[in-house]
Amino acid sequence: METNTNWLAACRIEDAAEDGGVCVKHGDIQIALFYFKRRNEWYATQNECPHRKQMALSRGMIGAATGEPKVACPFHKKTFSLNTGACLNGDDCENLKTYPVKLENGTVYIGINPKS
Amino acid sequence: MNHKNIIIIGNGMVCYKFCEKLRSNSSDFSITVFGEESVSAYDRVHLSDYFNGKTPEDLALAPMNWYQQQDVRLYLGDPVTSIDRVRKTVTALSGRTASYDYLIFATGSSAFVPAISGLEKHGVFVYRTLEDLNMIRDYSRKAKSAAVLGGGLLGLEAAKALLDLGIYNPAVIEFAPRLMPRQIDPAASRVLQSQLELLGLRILLNKNTSSIDGQEAISAISFDDGTKMPADMLVISAGIRPRDELAKSCGLETGSKGGIVVNEYLQTSDPDIFAIGECALAGQTIYGLVAPGYEMASVVAANLSGSSKQFNGFDMSTKLKLAGVDVASFGNYFLGEPHCRTITFEDTQKGIYKRINISNDGKHLLGGILIGDAGDYNMLMQTTNNQIVLPAAPESLIIGTRDTNSSAQGINALPQEALICSCEGITKGAICNAVNEQNCENLDDIKKCTKAGTGCGGCVPMIKDLINYALKAKGRQISNTVCEHFDYSRQNLYDLIRIHNIKSYNEALDQLGNGDGCETCKPLVSSLLASIWNEMILKRGNDTAQDSNDRFLANIQKGGSYSVVPRIPGGEITPDRLMTIASVAKKYNLYTKITGGQRIDLFGAYLSDLPLIWEELIAAGFESGHAYGKGLRTVKSCVGSTWCRFGLHDSVSFAIRIEERYKGLRAPHKFKSAVSGCIRECAEAQSKDFGIIATEKGWNLYVCGNGGSKPQHALLLAADLDSETCIRYIDRFLMFYIKTADPLTRTATWLNKMDGGIEHLKDVVVRDSLGMAAQWELEISQLVSNYRCEWKEAVENPEIRKRFRYFVNAPEEKDPSIQFEKMRGQKKAAEWTTA
Ligand code: SRM
Ligand SMILES: Cc1cc2nc3c(=O)[nH]c(=O)nc-3n(C[C@H](O)[C@H](O)[C@H](O)COP(=O)(O)OP(=O)(O)OC[C@H]3O[C@@H](n4cnc5c(N)ncnc54)[C@H](O)[C@@H]3O)c2cc1C
Ligand code: SF4
Ligand code: FES
Repeated sequence: METNTNWLAACRIEDAAEDGGVCVKHGDIQIALFYFKRRNEWYATQNECPHRKQMALSRGMIGAATGEPKVACPFHKKTFSLNTGACLNGDDCENLKTYPVKLENGTVYIGINPKS
Repeated sequence: MNHKNIIIIGNGMVCYKFCEKLRSNSSDFSITVFGEESVSAYDRVHLSDYFNGKTPEDLALAPMNWYQQQDVRLYLGDPVTSIDRVRKTVTALSGRTASYDYLIFATGSSAFVPAISGLEKHGVFVYRTLEDLNMIRDYSRKAKSAAVLGGGLLGLEAAKALLDLGIYNPAVIEFAPRLMPRQIDPAASRVLQSQLELLGLRILLNKNTSSIDGQEAISAISFDDGTKMPADMLVISAGIRPRDELAKSCGLETGSKGGIVVNEYLQTSDPDIFAIGECALAGQTIYGLVAPGYEMASVVAANLSGSSKQFNGFDMSTKLKLAGVDVASFGNYFLGEPHCRTITFEDTQKGIYKRINISNDGKHLLGGILIGDAGDYNMLMQTTNNQIVLPAAPESLIIGTRDTNSSAQGINALPQEALICSCEGITKGAICNAVNEQNCENLDDIKKCTKAGTGCGGCVPMIKDLINYALKAKGRQISNTVCEHFDYSRQNLYDLIRIHNIKSYNEALDQLGNGDGCETCKPLVSSLLASIWNEMILKRGNDTAQDSNDRFLANIQKGGSYSVVPRIPGGEITPDRLMTIASVAKKYNLYTKITGGQRIDLFGAYLSDLPLIWEELIAAGFESGHAYGKGLRTVKSCVGSTWCRFGLHDSVSFAIRIEERYKGLRAPHKFKSAVSGCIRECAEAQSKDFGIIATEKGWNLYVCGNGGSKPQHALLLAADLDSETCIRYIDRFLMFYIKTADPLTRTATWLNKMDGGIEHLKDVVVRDSLGMAAQWELEISQLVSNYRCEWKEAVENPEIRKRFRYFVNAPEEKDPSIQFEKMRGQKKAAEWTTA
């Protein structure tokens, strides 16, 4: 699996926002990278919110709903699963693309072939 | 089926209740109502609320279609003028006639007007109907001074209404040597009088009015002691007179002092004719309250539908919603020694007087009077009515504050049949049942289910206690908790964070919560931390727990750009500062607009430009305007006495002082203020969370106004304050709000939900009834001295500044997805695509 993935060196661990998101540039694509420090978990999704197509998710708050990690868009507070990218508000928003993340020697890598 | 005809004369409160009761018992009757007023029955008890923004529709007891649905024929504006008891018909003013099998008088009463010369002059009114209130309101617009004749319950209510209409220092003229001679004892009258004087009423006792003077319109009032007072307006409220004129003219027996004589079935001297409500003389008594009238209605409705019920007098306990001062009397309140033991408690500073009468054996409560604090009224009345045995030290009943524990014990002791709502006749058992069987969980549910609390409203606090008591008994947690991560209410969290000295969101979650947090509890806890410590909100680790706008100290706009709002205290700005704003706007290509809050908003800034923009603004002396935060927004001002020919004081200086004091203060929601230099109110202070208006003697402080989607006028908290006192009251007001409001609740909504409303707020803020004033003033002054401009800290701290980069891996680049369009020579955000 891993061999098929193209890994992008996004940033150093200390440059990521603890318990929040930062925005990563990959050519014309924007990816939101989340460091869920409390759970020691990393997630990456598309930065664009499917609701009004705003490049905003990296600026949203992250948290959990009954254990499921999620991000809330700063515009209208729609929430999406960081695991599956599914919209959690029961709205008919599209799913977010999600990307794999790995750490090596203090650097955070995003696999730019999306998981979903 | 052969329907019997019932005709009711008068469509007042008791008529309405009668129709409702009769219909719920049986549909066998054809019901016809003749009403003299042009509107259908309304809540006369809360008539004065008409001056506080209630509409006639709000006051209506039922909408017009209710009468249709209930098959009640209603003729309004058509008083009955004669009755033929032989043919059993009535004739109304319009000439309409109708025949009855049973006739019900529900004609109520009218204001008693003593014979004084000059009654016919313009500007002389009574206080009884909506129509009266309309006329009073219209006339008051041109009146400068006014008086009320009568220092009883209704007179004081009318005087308070004049005050609310903006009349300065209205006078109450009372013939007796004290206020409310029929309801309360002399000591209580004294306490009441001093409280009312504080509110701005002038009380004249021992005054016998001899004439109303003036040409066409009243200009003065003369008394028989030779004195005279100027008045542009007079409201007569010297008692009530039962409307028995029609009954008398058709030969029914009436009392020598008025009232239609009835027996225990409310039958008049003609067995087919009944009288109920304020027109009825039952057992030698006219009952001038709504609850006994409702009871009479239910007695007649029951008897006509085949059950048997009697009216045997009625408990005359009353709690008045009087002029901002609690006044209550219950049971046998006028009893004195040696027939009983009395205990009194008086606190002249707080304006509280309480007296209870206890049986000589010390076992039972017989009655009492409460002035200034009637919080215990319901419990004491229940203790009396249900003959509950008293504790060993009965003085504990009136000394000390009412804590929920003792009130829960009290409720527990009440028998199931204890009458809680006497207007609707609802017992403790019925309310508990509604909670247990019909899943009622709050006051509104109970009102819908049982109608309890819908009459005079005096029982509402007790109903609330009962609901909580029944819910607890059912094992239900009364939950007001933040979210799945914190099992506490905002108010509890506030205290816990303080006590445990918690400084970050994660500490709060670890020590007080569970799980990993969410977008509900993060901003809430962050706001509490800011309210309590007033530290830099972007301290490491706390930044991502802020709402997105707070995290970047700016409001995110459509398309993802940000707005920049420098603080412009009081709306005052120098030409140099204007030039700074202009040059910054030009340099960073920002759209500029004057806001509704008297300052300038610069829109369309790139995230990565924000620190650069602020750096320039700060160098020119600007500070953050906190347009993004839940905290102080703007304090608007009018130009005031420095330029305006009407200005009483320097409203701009005071607005700036207020804005400087509270800037940066975080609260459950944003809050706004304004200062006007005179009553013309050009700063619109009465639409603000707190607003200040200059008076001849100082400042009037108004609180809990709101613009927005549900506008609400602010209410007067205190009048004629000097600047220092005004600020002290605002300190207390804000701390009370910050500590107790639910999340994202503006002050107006907070007040609307507060038990006791503005009067309670006055108690807490002005009279310091919680004893918290000194501590709150201290806490505010600590917060004020901790203030630092957060934008200044952000641009000076490299670690924080880094967080305004748009791409973590391309720090120099701006967000390429943002697009602008042109409009009237400036830019605007591109339309967003709707999915
Ligand atoms: C800029 C401004 C409109 C303007 O161009 O004039 C404005 C803009 C916004 N208002 Fe406002 N309000 C502005 C004056 C007002 C006023 C008038 C006033 O303050 O005198 C009101 C009514 C007064 C009041 O608040 O009682 C007002 C009532 C609201 C409300 C409704 C609040 C309510 O209690 O119903 C919201 C929604 C909220 O806060 O939840 C709101 C929210 C907003 C938001 C924050 C909406 C948002 O989340 O994006 C807008 C942010 C624009 C931005 O990015 O800067 N704005 N807003 C005004 C800024 C004033 C300032 O200098 O800070
Ligand atoms: C300002 C104010 C405050 C009050 N506050 C309280 C309080 O706090 N607590 C409390 O318990 N009570 C209070 N009351 C008293 C309470 O309002 C009355 O007890 C209650 O309204 C009596 O109801 P009723 O139906 O008998 O009379 P009303 O409500 O007066 O209704 C009688 C109706 O009959 C009409 N009528 C009269 N003659 C005829 C006719 N010939 N043909 C057709 N219609 C006719 C009248 O126009 C009137 O509309 C207050 C009253 C006022 C005015
Ligand atoms: S009124 Fe609505 S659209 Fe206008 S600024 Fe306020 S929130 Fe925005
Ligand atoms: S744009 Fe994200 S919720 Fe509306």
